Amino acid sequence: MIKSIQELEEIRKKALEELEFRKQHGEGIRVVVGMATCGIAAGARPVMLKFVEEIQKRNLRNVTVVQTGCIGLCKYEPIVEVYEPNKEKVTYVKMTPEKVLKVVAEHLVNGKPVYEYTIGYEENKEANN
Amino acid sequence: MNDLSLYILDLVQNSIEAGASLVKIEIVEDLEEDLFTITIEDNGRGIPKEVIDIVTDPFYTTRKTRKVGLGLSLAKQLAMDCEGSFTVERLERGTKIVLKMKHSHIDRPPLGNIAETLLALISGAPDVDFIFCYRNNQSEFTFDTRSIREVLGDDIPLNTLSVLDFIRSQLESGLSNLTGGVNNK
Repeated sequence: MIKSIQELEEIRKKALEELEFRKQHGEGIRVVVGMATCGIAAGARPVMLKFVEEIQKRNLRNVTVVQTGCIGLCKYEPIVEVYEPNKEKVTYVKMTPEKVLKVVAEHLVNGKPVYEYTIGYEENKEANN
Repeated sequence: MNDLSLYILDLVQNSIEAGASLVKIEIVEDLEEDLFTITIEDNGRGIPKEVIDIVTDPFYTTRKTRKVGLGLSLAKQLAMDCEGSFTVERLERGTKIVLKMKHSHIDRPPLGNIAETLLALISGAPDVDFIFCYRNNQSEFTFDTRSIREVLGDDIPLNTLSVLDFIRSQLESGLSNLTGGVNNK
């Protein structure tokens, strides 16, 4: 199954660098994806994998992607929460892989949350309708 | 949910939440017997004896936030729709779920992207080991995270980006080599 020992050693080296970076820079940004039945049915899997892919592509070594169960707001799934140290949590709702691109570029890279994808924006919109 | 890989993702989430350290996922496509079987076995804390018979009831859930639990009931419904069967078994340690469907049944969903399901599981639960085994009448593919962990050592989590990338390429090449096709068709 393993292609070559050399390849894995290469990966081990890269992974150790990643870990070292995290150690030095402390707790980074955490992206939490809701993956209960409701989330999965609504499309959480491609959303989560898009985050992983984009973070990898941009080599954002201070970001980790994890998952959680039902966040309790099934009608807004897929839901993604972004936790940054010393900042308020941002909850994104009705996420899609396309929206992930913007969240990664604007929020994770440039530190500006994408307000129009957040739960606050969505609830306001519903209240005004 | 429109494909089987999403049902699998959902069912295995239960195993992770039950504190399993090892989950075995087996898919067998048997065209001779016209059967499509998915087996998920974990070593989690297991389902209490008192409730094992009612866990597939949508109005049973261990959750406190609301009164419905859909994962197992949806899987059971799917099995019933496809002239199959659905069993949940208590093991000495853990749980075993077997979902059988008639392979040729018109309502049987396609397998879908099983590589993505495994990647999502591994990246979300990097401390859990997964054994994935796919078999049809011609070929077999096995993937075991323990063999990767062995080479990498205990200090590198499986959800390190470069490791995930490696796992993705292993899965994709392994699955694409199968005749009979584990894919989105």
